[in-house]
This record gives sequence, structure tokens and C-alpha cells, in this order.
Amino acid sequence: MSLPLLSLCTFVPLVGAAAILLNPTPNSARWIALITTIVTFILSLMVWAAFNPADPGFQLVEKTSWLGGGISYHMGVDGISMLFVVLTAGLMPFCIAASWESVQARVAEYMIAFLVLETMMIGVFCALDLVLFYVLFEGGLIPMFLIIGIWGGKRRVYASFKFFLYTFVGSVLMLLAIMSMYWYSGTTDIVTLLQGVHFPVAMQTWLWMAFFASFAVKMPMWPVHTWLPDAHVEAPTAGSVILAGILLKMGGYGFLRFSLPMFPSASETFGPLVFTLSIVAIIYTSLVALAQEDMKKLIAYSSVAHMGFVTMGLFTLTHQGVEGGIFQMLSHGVVSGALFLCVGVVYDRMHTREIAAYGGLVNRMPLYAACFMVFTLANVGLPGTSGFIGEFLTMLGAFMHNSWIAIFAATGVILSATYALYLYRRVIFGTLVKPSLQAIQDLTAREIAILAPLVVITILMGVYPKPVFDVTTPAVAKLIADNKMARAVDHAPASHAPKVADNRATQIQTGDGR
Amino acid sequence: MYATIVFLPFLGCVIAGLFGRLIGPRPSELVTTGLLFVSAALSVVAFAQVALGGGATQIIPILPWIHSGDFAADWTVRVDGITAVMLVVVTGVSSLVHLYSIGYMHEDPHRPRFFAYLSLFTFAMLMLVTSNNFLQLFFGWEGVGLASYLLIGFWYTRPSANAAAIKAFIVNRVGDFGFALGIFGVWAAFHTLDFDAVFVAAPAMAGKTFIFAGHSVDILTTLCLLLFVGAMGKSAQLGLHTWLPDAMEGPTPVSALIHAATMVTAGVFLVCRCSPMFQHAPVALEFVTVIGATTAFFAASVGLFQNDIKRVIAYSTCSQLGYMFAAAGVAAYNAAMFHLFTHAFFKALLFLGAGSVIHAVHHEQDMRKMGGLFRRIPFTWAMMLIGNLALTGVGLPLLGVGLAGFYSKDAIINSTYLAGTGVGSYAFTLLLIAAGMTSFYSWRQFLLTFHGRYRGLDHQHVTHSDDHAHDEPMDGDRGHQHAPKLEDVHESPLVMLVPLAVLAVGAVFAGMAFTHFFVGDGAHEFWRASLVVGSGEEGHLPLWVELGPLVVTIAGFLIAYYYYILHPEIAAAIQARRGLLYLFLYNKWYFDELYEFLFVKPAMRLGRFLWKRGDGTVIDGLGPDGVAARVLDAARGAVKLQTGYVYHYALAMLLGVVALVTWFMMTLGGKL
Repeated sequence: MSLPLLSLCTFVPLVGAAAILLNPTPNSARWIALITTIVTFILSLMVWAAFNPADPGFQLVEKTSWLGGGISYHMGVDGISMLFVVLTAGLMPFCIAASWESVQARVAEYMIAFLVLETMMIGVFCALDLVLFYVLFEGGLIPMFLIIGIWGGKRRVYASFKFFLYTFVGSVLMLLAIMSMYWYSGTTDIVTLLQGVHFPVAMQTWLWMAFFASFAVKMPMWPVHTWLPDAHVEAPTAGSVILAGILLKMGGYGFLRFSLPMFPSASETFGPLVFTLSIVAIIYTSLVALAQEDMKKLIAYSSVAHMGFVTMGLFTLTHQGVEGGIFQMLSHGVVSGALFLCVGVVYDRMHTREIAAYGGLVNRMPLYAACFMVFTLANVGLPGTSGFIGEFLTMLGAFMHNSWIAIFAATGVILSATYALYLYRRVIFGTLVKPSLQAIQDLTAREIAILAPLVVITILMGVYPKPVFDVTTPAVAKLIADNKMARAVDHAPASHAPKVADNRATQIQTGDGR
Repeated sequence: MYATIVFLPFLGCVIAGLFGRLIGPRPSELVTTGLLFVSAALSVVAFAQVALGGGATQIIPILPWIHSGDFAADWTVRVDGITAVMLVVVTGVSSLVHLYSIGYMHEDPHRPRFFAYLSLFTFAMLMLVTSNNFLQLFFGWEGVGLASYLLIGFWYTRPSANAAAIKAFIVNRVGDFGFALGIFGVWAAFHTLDFDAVFVAAPAMAGKTFIFAGHSVDILTTLCLLLFVGAMGKSAQLGLHTWLPDAMEGPTPVSALIHAATMVTAGVFLVCRCSPMFQHAPVALEFVTVIGATTAFFAASVGLFQNDIKRVIAYSTCSQLGYMFAAAGVAAYNAAMFHLFTHAFFKALLFLGAGSVIHAVHHEQDMRKMGGLFRRIPFTWAMMLIGNLALTGVGLPLLGVGLAGFYSKDAIINSTYLAGTGVGSYAFTLLLIAAGMTSFYSWRQFLLTFHGRYRGLDHQHVTHSDDHAHDEPMDGDRGHQHAPKLEDVHESPLVMLVPLAVLAVGAVFAGMAFTHFFVGDGAHEFWRASLVVGSGEEGHLPLWVELGPLVVTIAGFLIAYYYYILHPEIAAAIQARRGLLYLFLYNKWYFDELYEFLFVKPAMRLGRFLWKRGDGTVIDGLGPDGVAARVLDAARGAVKLQTGYVYHYALAMLLGVVALVTWFMMTLGGKL
């Protein structure tokens, strides 16, 4: 395969954006955007086809010198990043289609913003150079900032300000860390950093914290999550889909790409902190979700809780935990995206997201009710849907690491059922009494075309997740093995305390109560 | 062939669910019902081959499911003795309920959806019982929970139905919390979730411990208790039982299928399936017996004074499930399975019979508005009579001849006596008392419904006692305010009566025909490795133990007859006086109120507090809003560091983080 597939995936959207610039009428902008995103999606599927799952290293690598000073344009995917490329490219056409009628102002600019955003996001998952990564990672903020700030709701300025403030603080610290990594190792090449560079334990600590500041905001983890509900509420539907579906995953991806393999001992040391924050996120935000009166806010808070499972799983440093975390991110990308699309469907009709404004929709919108039900159940983590597998594996990993964590996390399973079904009941069930709803229409053909594939994917991933695991398993196994080896090196001079958790896990396995 | 049994209902569900509106209600009904009957016929063949015929355990791989590292769980169909029994019960009752529903639901505009849900439930239940590992079992477990949720809330315009549906799902999730942890624990201990591998390794695990929170804890006991928490939720045992009575909001065929014959017995099935583990966890077994016996007693006591015909049967179900657990707890797993088997027939019969009554009196469920119906609906009367005789376990102890319940219930009561332990005696006592109460509430219900004076048209009964019975159905919006005249009460159509007759045959003969295989001399050959059979509780039963159940049953009947036929005014007076004990029982020991106070309201309040105060005041106040305000202050030249704002915030944040991390390191991250 000589085609530079990854670069194509990354930059085709930019070409589309340029094409819109040349034809800025609303309708041609829509069609160009749709076709561009579909082409990109097909390209991403070609990436998947060209990908060799058995090889745990980076594939489809492209490398040319770039800014000089060892900084290069270096692209490549492994089993961890490849599926995020597919996810990003796969969600994009839905976003464009969902904005078809609901966005009427500055359509060309809107589509351009989305296409630029797509380039940035796909680039983040392919970048194998720290500088390239950083540029794309932060660059993605700008179109998102604009999408919220221009096409957003009433409090869009406050929301985009808050979004910017949080992510900005995090990214400044990450930039400092990247600079010091460069000074220490003389390279910004991620592959070299992964294989050949070993940071001293003390330095790992500082670097880990700096990266953590950025990724924790992106995830978002408690207590730096409050930008998310506001951003979601104000963002247009497609903006919410991208925010929940892709942007949140960058934090998790960052942990996988940088924190765990490059700062292994620090990751272990800070594990308890991450677990605490994850558990607090799961329980706290689930309770908060219970009290919400705005549909989007409720789903936003539920996203924070679901991301809590991801961070919990990743830092268990067990195979199941890490792989479950990846799966949970992929699944949540589809499911939360779909949930926001569902909210968008009724928002387009009624122009309110307030739960109390609805009720009894099933009477007039049975198809909508059915789709919404599937995604609600996936959000609840019902076995047979994609939501179950990630939750299950992360909790299993957590249980192996320290059963207390799993016990606390498992309460989230009860709470998620409560808030999700409570939302569903208030919106969908009951008698249709509100006069404003009497004439509401069921899904249009366009909306069916958007939601039906997502229903299929949600169930397919839940019943037959093998294609995903085939890709992720070798890469995760390598990540775990490398991490373990690197920690062994760190501990070699003077092996010290924090290995208690490991001991415990083996105790359970062997079952003898020493 | 075995896989076909499982997937035919799924096919029916897909056809009725996706194309129901296209093909119309009648084809949807016929397709789902027809497929279910095929499935049931195949199940009988499977039962004959695997259970009766001594065929080998069948394990048929379907698809790989979750493979992550060394973790693996696949989609599989497993058929062995215990599964074969469940297959017959599930597909048998389900097919009859499908048939019955064609008549019962004939006025409902959403029949395709109803039949799709029924078939979905059946599919999930079959996945549960044919699972070869804990994870697929969990899939079926949650799947039946989903179907139950959908069917309880089938009439979605009723607020009470929606509330009951959510309650069922969430209470079950509480149980699943334990179940899930149990599954994690099983994997941690055995490094596999496959039944055979776990059960083979279980004896070696006996007595081993792990350290938890500084204590040494027995592994198998912990695992069994966690799994049992799941079973308690699904099978509505004391503490997690509150959803079952409310689940009666669903259509009556649903109550018969899901909330009596099949789904609620999944907990019993789980314990019996895991009998090789429970067998080595004596403490867990004792817990099972105590919970089971207490539930049997508790639910029977609440059933004494309920006025809703379905709620009486619901509490009866709860109570009978308690019997099964009590038996499983004294290691009489086969007796538990036997009662599960016979109970499916007579309880489905009772529910469908009750449905026939409800159908006849135009969807009235309050027994106080019935009475004297037996002349109008004699066939239903006869069916309910058989059902009650079977439930109360009528038979001749010394000859060993009786209806279905006689064999299985007496087997349970006897096994608790023979256990010879303190817990066994506790169970024996409670179960014997509960048997008396069972007889009382069954006959009370029967007499109130069919005998005495027809009270459908006098309303004063209802108004004066209804002031606080907030969850009584007639307070809901059922909209059937017009009770029919007695002459207008008609027998149900044939399509509803045939299933009753078939179940009645089962209720009469299921005990007699199968006692040899389930609990008799043929038990070892029948169950083989699928169940731990009789660890040899051979012993002589004193005459009073053997006669005890019959005596209390007769006593229960006589008391019911005295109060509700001979002197109905006394019963009315007792209800009118509202004594403390009466109120306590009538209000179901106040569990719902307690939970509302302890969990539901605080959770909502906490959620609101965390949102407004936690996110709003603290996090946003310290974070973006605070920073913004400070920035603005600075811009105005009004910042005064020495006034302490910034320092206060910084300090508070720092202290908080330190406290959190410290606490974590001390308690969670540290040595456990």
C-alpha cells in the first residue's frame, strides 16, 4: 500500500473546506461537506483494511522532515489509535447530516469549521511527533470554540469562555512538559520516546502531572468537568456529538499514548489519585445527572460518569482495564453521540431542551421512542449493547487491581439506570397532554438514515465486539508489557513500597490468605 | 436443534417488533405464538433426551463474545439436566401465555409490540438458562429484566405503570450490583467464567481465604453471597422484594409468565446452577435459608389482607420463592428445582385464571367488588380451584398422593426438618406457619371472588377504606369505573380457556409424575452432574412433621371460610378497625415508605445539592467564575491579595486535595 492513507484521511477534509470556500452557497456547502466526510470515512475504512492486527507496532507510517531540529511530520497508527480514526471519520457524516436543516445561518462557515475540526482530530490520533500532536491537539480547540461561540445557544459566550479557560490552562502546562521532554531527550519523536527514552522517576512525576492537567480537563475528570455541561448545552447538536464523541476521547487517548507508556512509574504512583477522582466522578456526576432538568445537561453529566470508568480502567494497568477503557471510549463515542442526536431531533421540533416541556412522545413518535430506548439502554450498560463491554471490563480490571475500586464503581451501574430511565420516562412515556406537542412528527427519512446505522452499530458492538478486540488486543498487550518492564527498571535500584495492590491481586488468584 | 429452541423466539421478536406494523396484529400474534409452540415442542424433546433419557450434556458454541487478554466469554447454548427442566418450564408456560394473550389483549391497539416483548423475554430467559458461563447468564439476566421493564410499563400512559417499571429495573440493578461483583470475584478466584471449569475447581477453593479490609474472608462464601444478592433481586427476596407487587401493573399474562412462572425463578436457578460452589460455602447456604424462610413468612403475612386479586398472587409468588431458597439453603437443590417446576404450572394457572376473572368483570381487580362469580364463570372457577388446591399442597400425606404442590412443598418442608440444624429448624417453623397463611390467603381470595354476595355495584365499601391506600389500582387512572352487572359477567373465550386447562393438567399431575425423577430414587440419574443432589439427608420423619402441612392447610381454609363466608361482617369489622397489626401487614411492613425515606429522596436531594453547591458554588466558584471575578477585580485595580480571597481559595483547594489523597492512600490504596 503506497498511498499515504493517513495523510489523505487527515487532509481530505481540509480540501473539502477549501472547496466550500470556492462555492460558499449553503446548499453546495452542505453537499460538499457531506461528500467529503463520506470519502474520509471510506478512507478510514481503508486504513482499517490495510491495518495488520497482529503487529502491535505503528503501521502505515509516513515520515518527512518538517520544522527542523528533529521535529518531523511523522504519522502512523497502532491498535490503540487506529479505531479512533475510524470513529472520528465515521461520526462526521452524521454530524453534517444532522446539521442539514437545523443550521441555517452562515452554513458555509459552519461546514468549514467542522471540516477543519475533522482534520485536527484525525491528525491528533495519527500524529507521532510531540509538536505535531500538540499543534493539532490545541488547534482543534479553535474550531470547536467557534462552533459553540457562533452557532451556540443563549449563553454561548459564557460557555465558550469556560471551555477555553479550562483547556487553555491545561495545555499551557502540557506545552511546558513537552519542552522539557525535548530538552531532556533531544527528540520530539513519539516512537523514539516510547522505545528509547527513559525519564528518571522524579522527572516522570512532574511530566505526568503536567500532561494530566491537560488530559484531565479534556476527559473531563472531576473536579474539572464543569465546562462540559455548559459547553454541551450551548453547542449545536453536531457540536455536542463531536464534543462527546471525539474531543473527550483525546484525553483518554493522551493517557494511553503518553502517561502510561512514557511515565510508567508516575502512572503507578498517581494511580490512587486517578481512582479516587474516577470514583468520585462516577458517583457524584451520576447523582448530579439525576437532578437535571435539561436533557443535554443530563447526558453531559452522564458522559463525565462514563469517562470515569475509562480513567479507572486505564490506570489499573491490567489488560482488561486498559482494553475496557478503550472499548468504553469507542462505545461512548457512538452512544453519547447518538443520544445528543436524539435530543437534537426533538430540539429541532420544539426548540427547548427542558425535560418538563416533553412527556408522552411515544404516542406520536414511536420510531423515535424505539431508537432513543436503544441508546438509553446502551448508556445504562445493558449486556448486548456496546455500553456493557467497556463498563464490565474496566470494572473487572479494577477489581483485579483493588476490589474496593470496583465496589464503588459498581454503584454507578445502579445510578446510571436511575437517571437514564428517569429521563426516558419523563420525555417519552405518559400521556401526551402538552398542547405544544400535539402535532409533533415522528422521525423523518433523513433522521432515520442517521439513527438507524447507529442503532445497528450499538448492538453489533455489544454482541460481536471481536473486530474491535482483534485490533486492540496486541497493542494493549504490548502497552502493558512495556509498562511493566519500564517500572521494573525504575524500581530496580531500590525497590520500594507501592506494590501492595499487585500482591493483593495475586493473592486472590492463588486464593491463599497469606 | 438445541440452538433452535433459543433462537426461534428471537426470530418471532424480530418479526413482530420490526415488521409488526407492516404485517398487522393478527399475523404478529400467530407468528410469535407459532414459533413459541415449535420451540416448546423441541424443548420437550430436549427434556426427554437429556434429562429423562440420560443424554450427555450438550454444549453448542454460537459466537465468540468478549475476549480480552486472558479473559474470555462466548455465546454458547448448553443443555444439561437442570437446563432441560428450565427449557420445558419456560417455553411451555411462554407458549401458553402467548396463546392466552391473543384473547386477553384482543382489544389492545399495540399487540405486535406486546408479542414482540413477550418473545424477547422468552429469548432472554432461554439465553439465561442455556448459558455455559456467568457472563452470558448475566446477559440473559439483564435481558429478562429489560423485557420485564418494558412489559410492566406496557401501558405507558399510566403513571403507576411507568413508576413500577422503573422500580423493577432499579431494584434489580441493586441486586445486579452484587451479582456483577460476584462475577468479578469468580474470575479473580478461578480465572475463568465457564461453569464446568469453575465447578471443577470449586472444591479445591473451599476454606481458602483472601484479605479484605484487613480481615481474612472465605472466598467461596463471599462469592456465593454476592451471587445470591443478585438472586435476591431477581427473585424478589426480602429487602429487594418491593418491585414484585408493583410489577402487577403489567398486563396479567405478563404477570403469569414473568412475575410468577419464569423470570422470578431465575434466582433459584442461579443458586441451583451454582450448587457445586454453594455446597462448599456453608455460611452462605445458611444465609440463603434464613432469607428464603423469612421471605416465605413475610410475604405470606402481607398476602393475608391484600384486596387486589393480583397482588395476593404476587405476594404468594414471593413467598413460594422463599420456599425454594429455603430448600436450596439446606442443600436440597433438587427439591428447590422441583418446587420451581410445579410452581410454574399452578402459579401461571392462578394468574391466568385471575386474568380470566379480571377480563370477565371488565378489568376490575379489587376483590371487594367481586363475589358470587362462580355461577357466571364456572370454568374459571374450576381452574382457580385446582390452582389453589395445588398451591396449598393438598394431598394425602400417608398415601403420598396429591396435587403438584403437595409433593414439592412437602419435600421442602421435610428437607428443612431433616437438615437438623438451627437454621433448618428456624426455616421449618416459619415455612410451616407460612403454609397455614398460604392456605388462608388463597381461600380468602377464592371465596371473596367466587362466593358470597356480588359486591360489584355497591361502592361504599371502597370509599371509606381507600383514604390512604395510595397505591391501590383503583386510585390509578385505569378508567374502568363502571362495574358490570352480575348478569353481564361472561366466561372468557376459548383461546384463553385452553391454556388454563393445559396448565391445570400440569398443576394436578406434575408432582405425581415427576417426583420420582426430581426428588425420588431417580434423582441422581435425572440430574447427574448438573446439580448437587441429596447429600444424603435420609432420616425418619415423625408423624407430626408429615401431617403438619396438611393440618395447617386445613386450618387456614377453615379460618378463611369462617371469616369470609360464615361471618363476613367480622372480617369487615377487622378491616374497618384498622388495628396496628392489620395496618402493618396491609402496608407491607412499610418497606416502600422506608426505602423512599432512606434512598429515593436523599438521592434526589444529594444530586441537587452536589449540582448547585458542589458544581455551582465550589467548583465554578473557585474555578472559572472565581478566576473571572478575580481577573475583573484585578482589571479594576480592586484586587487586594491581603484581604485573603486568593489565599483562602488556594488554601481550601490545597487542603481538600491533600485530605482526599491522604484518605485514599490510607484506606483504599494502602494495604487491604
